Amino acid sequence: MRIVVDRARCSGIGICESLDPSHFEIGDDGALMLLSDIAAEDDDTVLEAVRSCPALALSVQPE
Amino acid sequence: MNAVTGTADDVDGFVVVGASLAGLRAVESARRAGYRGRITLIGAEEHLPYDRPPLSKAFLTGPDTPVYLATEAALRDDLGVDLRLGQRVTALHPDEGVVAAGGGLVPYQRLLIATGARARTLHPLPVLPGVVTLRSLDDARAIRAALGRARRVVVVGGGFIGAEIASSARTLGASVTIVEAAPTPLVRAVGEVVGAALCVMHERYGTELRCGVQVSELIGRDHVEGVLLANGQIVPADLVVVGVGALPATGWLAGSGVELDQRDGAVVCDEYLQTSVDGVYAAGDLVRWPNAVFGSSMRLENWTSAAEQGTRAAVNALVPARRAPYASVPYFWSDWYGQRIQFVGTAQADSVVFVSGDPAADRFVALLRRGDRLVGAATLNEPSKIMKYRRFIAQDDGWAAASAFSRDGGQPVRP
Repeated sequence: MRIVVDRARCSGIGICESLDPSHFEIGDDGALMLLSDIAAEDDDTVLEAVRSCPALALSVQPE
Repeated sequence: MNAVTGTADDVDGFVVVGASLAGLRAVESARRAGYRGRITLIGAEEHLPYDRPPLSKAFLTGPDTPVYLATEAALRDDLGVDLRLGQRVTALHPDEGVVAAGGGLVPYQRLLIATGARARTLHPLPVLPGVVTLRSLDDARAIRAALGRARRVVVVGGGFIGAEIASSARTLGASVTIVEAAPTPLVRAVGEVVGAALCVMHERYGTELRCGVQVSELIGRDHVEGVLLANGQIVPADLVVVGVGALPATGWLAGSGVELDQRDGAVVCDEYLQTSVDGVYAAGDLVRWPNAVFGSSMRLENWTSAAEQGTRAAVNALVPARRAPYASVPYFWSDWYGQRIQFVGTAQADSVVFVSGDPAADRFVALLRRGDRLVGAATLNEPSKIMKYRRFIAQDDGWAAASAFSRDGGQPVRP
């Protein structure tokens, strides 16, 4: 699956990075960088990070 | 027990009292964990679950468009939730396994208490038109309308909500005074040093901050005209926003047998977020529980812990095979005057070190130390740093690791 960031919603709060630093990192400008936008379908850590976004800025799409 | 999911199949009837973030996360988590029984979600407000952090910020300065966390269709159809909005739960009777709501009784087999907190007031000072508190969407709508007319705003309380409202009022062009009873604001949340450093921003952005003085009277007859301070000074105001903290909304639990903290009415939970009554769990602002990361009991009022506790408490209530303690490094954020404040850990520290910037700077990283451990970190406008320090807080050698990390310029170490 592919991780999608809604840039209009993301405000760099960083809970995604805290849960899964292998995919998500907040940059110096406060913008989220996706270190990889691809994850396995059953990657629960990615799914938890997506669900935990306070800004509802993250989603996943099938590849 | 269901062999595939580990859910307790004999449980049919999960009732969640409180339809805000913790309650919503609980019903989502229950279904995701494989629970197939009945779920009832009861909320006192008429609104669908909505996002609270914007209520003191963008909602006050921007359009009246609340952010809802779920649609009615998602709750009723996708999650199969019996959604009861606009119903206040008035009592819990554990012996009969029911809660009283909307004139009837709702039976449960597992119960989650998630009624949150209510705004403290200036009681016993009388309530006067133009004197408001902020907790709910309806409160925010009233403040938003009043801010559109107000020229002089007094914010009582220099905590995060007060500071955010002051910032919003400044953005709208009002003249703003914060009146704080303590010598330094935010001491309980971030400690004295960081609290003082953050409050530098008020002066920078034109908000007057008066500390160490109480409000002794609200002046005005038909509408507030100002506040009288204990030192005899009068601060004129056409809007007074009271932001002096929140108390657990647990009055309805009195006499139920659920143990409440005598100091503030918090629901006393064990490490699994279970209350003193079997089968009754709690999540969110009203929970006091032993946090194993720090070896101390905590009550947190922030978005992150409400979401995490709701998720965890539902699993613990319904899926014995996946029961686990809730332990967490607290995290919250705030935005004042367009500047991003972030805090991880606890403010209960021996010393504070600024590893970048300084207390007067417009960006800094401050680390909070207790013994050999890093117990907290505060940043202003350093969004790339904070989560790296959050990881060190859970480690026994966290101070050494955090110090080495900050000496390297706070850059992530990559293999």
